[in-house]
Amino acid sequence: MKVLVAVKRVIDYNVKIRVKADNTGVETANVKMSMNPFDEIAVEEALRMKEKGLATEVIAFSAGPVQCQETIRTALAMGADRGVLVQTDAELQPLAVAKLLKAVVDKEQPGLVIVGKQAIDDDSNQTGQMLAALLGWSQGTFANKLNFADGWAEVKREVDGGLENIKIKLPAVITTDLRLCEPRYASLPNIMKAKKKPIEVLAPDALGVDVAPRIKTLKVEEPPKRKAGIKVKTVAELVDKLRNEAGVI
Amino acid sequence: MAILVVAAHDGKTVRANVANAVAAASQMGSDVHVLVAGSNAGDAAKSAAAIQGVAKVLQAEDAAYGNWLAEDIAPLVVKLAPNYSHIVMAADSVGKNIAPRVAALLDVAQVSEAIQVVSPDTFVRPIYAGNAMATVQSSDKIKVVTIRPTNFKAVVGSGSAAIEQIGGTGGSGLSSFVGAELSKSERPELTSAKIVISGGRGLASGENFKMLEKLADVMGAGLGASRAAVDAGYVPNDYQVGQTGKVVAPDLYIAIGISGAIQHLAGMKDSKTIVAINKDEEAPIFQVADYGIVGDLFQIVPELTAAVEKK
Repeated sequence: MKVLVAVKRVIDYNVKIRVKADNTGVETANVKMSMNPFDEIAVEEALRMKEKGLATEVIAFSAGPVQCQETIRTALAMGADRGVLVQTDAELQPLAVAKLLKAVVDKEQPGLVIVGKQAIDDDSNQTGQMLAALLGWSQGTFANKLNFADGWAEVKREVDGGLENIKIKLPAVITTDLRLCEPRYASLPNIMKAKKKPIEVLAPDALGVDVAPRIKTLKVEEPPKRKAGIKVKTVAELVDKLRNEAGVI
Repeated sequence: MAILVVAAHDGKTVRANVANAVAAASQMGSDVHVLVAGSNAGDAAKSAAAIQGVAKVLQAEDAAYGNWLAEDIAPLVVKLAPNYSHIVMAADSVGKNIAPRVAALLDVAQVSEAIQVVSPDTFVRPIYAGNAMATVQSSDKIKVVTIRPTNFKAVVGSGSAAIEQIGGTGGSGLSSFVGAELSKSERPELTSAKIVISGGRGLASGENFKMLEKLADVMGAGLGASRAAVDAGYVPNDYQVGQTGKVVAPDLYIAIGISGAIQHLAGMKDSKTIVAINKDEEAPIFQVADYGIVGDLFQIVPELTAAVEKK
């Protein structure tokens, strides 16, 4: 089966973000951008499926401005076969991305879609579940381990109290948690090879999807800062402070 | 219009965070209903009816609802949704799994992890791991909102709402529950514990976490960990405190051998009092700690345990 993975271009996780002075958002000009770390895990899992003979082809999807091609190239350098970019400069919210993904799924007919459980910019944790809903497919969210047998996927999920095992019917949408697998680095020869792999560019209109945002961001602010407290020298002093100053023990 | 809180439960009682969700819902409107779906969910429905601020409990019985599969619960919520202005869930692993499926089926957007209700259509939510706060306004007719439980204090008191039985929607056949591997612990649950003790990479092994267990038991604390400690295999995934793990806001948070990566701070910086124990005096954790001790945790932790035990 074909496996579709979605990759989002986000501010690199090592960058300390800055809120814009006019409170309209976060500064993205001249900031290092990378693939969302949870999506790297999605790409890796799809590649491992292909190496085990479970997947025939791995397609990397992204949506957003032209620079998202670089994010798709990263997935291609890791080993994905080809890319699909829905190119738009419009602000894309999770519901819109899920609709774009659905349109591409209808066209490509993959047997499985793997996406990161959340993007580290908006922290929404929605797109995979929304896609599954729109397709009428099953969903295996926060996946820690995957197995496949007889048209079903066994998904070990990371949940509040520990782990949970469910069986879901294929086709399905999987969202990745941190411990599903460790993403590989792209080797130099593979980076070179990736330059020749095809990326199809589509427009939201051509897919018949209205991407207009439903949620308006009124303002973005710095969080209230916590002040550093004091350093104590001894455990006795710490216990005294906790008991008599903070009153928490 | 009324507001529907969708409650997760263990068959006997609804989760503690349902009271927080009810408190948040009460700020969006006045008529708060709670949906308790399950198989044999009578006791859980009664526990929901006893939460202060609940006007009505809807109990939906169906064999398919036993294990909280999103494919089976979402259609039930969607069926009820036209009667409500808001659908509210706690942003735990159940809410995060189900709410977006409901929202997409209703063709509405979702507001994830709201930490403040500004007005019925406007919410504050953290983005970039809590390094920025966004005020967002939803234009959808039905608003699907998940709320961060630690930011909404449960209303004190108890209620006696009526429980109405409603029909189920059956199973989808798309998924089935196989089993759970839940961590067994006598300690308080992380997200509701008054004191949380967390260990990081500095512990150097899973074996060394025993030392923290002892301290936790002496203090009646919940036990957590940084992502680094979970990734290193010292403790199971459900210990993880941080942006992608659990968000906690206890009265006292003690970070032991944790450097304080941004993504960890996102999960604990709303704690009332923070203590950091770390050998590196430059560790970022000290920038948010009320009290810090620079030193060897292998000496300090047993000393602290003894001091607290002695009283």
